[in-house]
Amino acid sequence: MSQVSLEHFLIVSALLFSLGIIAVVTRRNAVAILIGIELIINSACLNFIAFSRFNSTVVEGSLFVLFVIVMAAAEAVVALALILAIQKRIRSVEIDKTSSLKG
Amino acid sequence: MVFYFTALITVGTASYAVFSKNITRCAFSLLYSFFGMAVLYGLLSADFVAVVQLMIYVGGILVLLLFAVMLTGNIELAANSNKTASRWLGYPLGMVIFVLLVSVFLRVPWGKSAVQAYLPTIRAIGESFLGRLLLPFEFLSIVLLAVVIGAVVIVRNRNVCNASEEEEST
Repeated sequence: MSQVSLEHFLIVSALLFSLGIIAVVTRRNAVAILIGIELIINSACLNFIAFSRFNSTVVEGSLFVLFVIVMAAAEAVVALALILAIQKRIRSVEIDKTSSLKG
Repeated sequence: MVFYFTALITVGTASYAVFSKNITRCAFSLLYSFFGMAVLYGLLSADFVAVVQLMIYVGGILVLLLFAVMLTGNIELAANSNKTASRWLGYPLGMVIFVLLVSVFLRVPWGKSAVQAYLPTIRAIGESFLGRLLLPFEFLSIVLLAVVIGAVVIVRNRNVCNASEEEEST
């Protein structure tokens, strides 16, 4: 543990972040886009925890990450409800086909 | 050593979740990615966050994702249920963002503060939530209530509601 520095964790989180960006940009399925968003949120949480660990603060990063996790859960619930509503209406979850806002 | 193994598993399964053609396999490989992140939190001595990650992400969000996958996917098209679009925009964009982030991370002179010894964080977290951060904590519960009601309203079956209203009117 002593030789693992802050940069190691930051590089892992940068990898996860760019993977999430790739998923958000290239996927057509709305559920896969949601997976990418979850990856992005998790990489940000990893950064918070790493910075807080390698600084003098003890729990500040943990507190922030707990709030972020709860908000991510709320976001996932609303997004999946929207996806199910879209599925019921147009029989598809591909976001290219969701081109109308109402009706 | 544990760190490199965990980081390899996390990034590898996350990349499988991003690049796989089968959306069900995507969701299941995300499980291992979330597990790896929980281990990384544990390595950073954030014990409570690691447990919460397991409970909420692995136990909650991932099950929700699997529900959505099973309810929306066409089973006969499962092998190619995860089409890609604008690949020539997405892959270079991800690589550019990664190079940018890593170059910044390696260039900034982070302070060489020593890693503290492991301290259990649960007591401090609980005292913060019920003391200094009480207002955001309560606000969060209101947000969760609104989310639950909103999700039910969004996925509510319109036909059933209309039928019941018609019955009431007649």
